[in-house]
Amino acid sequence: MSDTILSLSNITKQFGSLLASDSVTLDLRAGEIHALIGPNGAGKSTLIKQIAGEIKSDSGDIHFNGQHINALDAVQRSRMGLARTFQVSSLMPEFSVLQNVILARQSVSGKVFRFFRPVLSDKSLVEPAMAQLERVGLADRAEMRAADISHGERRQLEMAVALALEPRAFLLDEPMAGMGPEGSKRLTGFLDGLRAQAPILLVEHDMDAVFALADRISVLVYGRVIATGTVDDIRGNDDVKRAYLGEEA
Amino acid sequence: MTMNRETFINCILGLALVIVPLIALGMDEPFIITLATKVAIFAMAGVGLNLVLGYGGLVSFGHAAFFGIGGYAAGILASHALNYEPIMTWPFEIEGTTQMIIIWIVALLASAIIALAIGAITLRTSGVYFIMITLAFAQMIYYFAISWPAYGGEDGLSIYVRNGFPGLNTLDPISYFALCAVMLGLAIAFSAVLIRSRFGLALQGARQNSQRMTAVGIAPFRIRLVAFVISAMITALAGALYADLNRFVSPSMMSWHMSGEIMVFVILGGVGRLFGPLAGAGLYIILEHLLGGVWEFWQLPLGVLLLIVVLFARGGLVGVLAGERKHV
Repeated sequence: MSDTILSLSNITKQFGSLLASDSVTLDLRAGEIHALIGPNGAGKSTLIKQIAGEIKSDSGDIHFNGQHINALDAVQRSRMGLARTFQVSSLMPEFSVLQNVILARQSVSGKVFRFFRPVLSDKSLVEPAMAQLERVGLADRAEMRAADISHGERRQLEMAVALALEPRAFLLDEPMAGMGPEGSKRLTGFLDGLRAQAPILLVEHDMDAVFALADRISVLVYGRVIATGTVDDIRGNDDVKRAYLGEEA
Repeated sequence: MTMNRETFINCILGLALVIVPLIALGMDEPFIITLATKVAIFAMAGVGLNLVLGYGGLVSFGHAAFFGIGGYAAGILASHALNYEPIMTWPFEIEGTTQMIIIWIVALLASAIIALAIGAITLRTSGVYFIMITLAFAQMIYYFAISWPAYGGEDGLSIYVRNGFPGLNTLDPISYFALCAVMLGLAIAFSAVLIRSRFGLALQGARQNSQRMTAVGIAPFRIRLVAFVISAMITALAGALYADLNRFVSPSMMSWHMSGEIMVFVILGGVGRLFGPLAGAGLYIILEHLLGGVWEFWQLPLGVLLLIVVLFARGGLVGVLAGERKHV
């Protein structure tokens, strides 16, 4: 299919006797938010790591932008336009908020081995970095150390860094984690608009957000995709009710 | 623009380095000028190490190797020149030299090549393994120097007349101090530019969070390797100056004690602080000569001091005086 940006076919990963991913097949199409849900320990984060290239799959194929990327490492996949955020914020604590985003811009520019010009006086880095900070509402924190901003702001900074990479697809690992209801609502609105820029594979426990945002949902249980479909499909699926939504539905 | 506290401390440190030997000159105390020269040279070796240790978070326990390579560049080239023996005659003839500038270029090139080889292997490890493997490489080079009779082996190599620098009487203590102080200044200025550059940002990023580096698509290995090479070159240049200060070079310049001392300068003064190595080397030499003069176990309080710094003052002397940084 021409509008498929990312596709996994039969991705499998075994840790000892634990089958973390059991022939997972799913795809991410242009313009959509595809939510990946499932109980704790279902293997959602492991799957994200396999897509990002941090964990090597035992078998299966991953295609991204029409290219077979099994052999590429995480750095190469990021450079191809696969941007991920982390479940637990993973930032440069001693950098300022702005420097965190600039580092991503440096990578996009492809020019890291520059030894003389100060980064902070390089408009080609600072301006696009500030633009992303403004988008997520962190512009007034630009000069603060990333270690000194609040938890919610660190989540926003994760997003700004991902945005700065100008990716062709986003892998968001629980972007709402630890955010208050107000923050979650704001981020939901933001992600809603973001799908037009690049499709999003969204791992999220906040079901309100998932049902509000997702074009399609895949349900992962014990490493297996037990169902994929629209919000209504998933809500009405008996397997899903049994395995996952049980009490809520 | 108001000057921040660290800049102020740095100015004081720089001024102290320049003023002390000038006072010594007035009081006709050439020994103190020599000590100040030693501080400048040690500080420069530390500036080199600080690049990888402080900014890159890579604890190299083998920097004495590069210090010694610089020293031997000076010793070997000078001994050939002074004995009128060419270094090689085939396929083309290469003569020795007593010109510091040529010696420095040789020191820079030799250390860069060796650092590239050592770094390419050691930087595939991290943590304790990196410490031990850099130490192992340095010890290999140390034992090689000991067992190489052509250049004095264990006895070392004397440089009978200090090598020359155009327009300068290098034998005059204050002139040689000035040369070393300028070289230190250049090394610090170069570091200051480097750490603010794209490369510097990536290097400091690699220290903090390699997961994040990977996620933004920058592979830390090549960044670290280049930093390791630049770091070795600065330390080697300091080694060349040190050999000329003593007019003597021996394998002890490459021993693990020396690696440890260079590390002490950086840690004592402030890891990842631009003027940290100068503060550390200064304090070390002062302790050695004030305490060392009255008590042969002067290294005991030094050890206690080091412990206090590591436990309570991670920013070292500069950190204590200037306070915590806002951001890198």
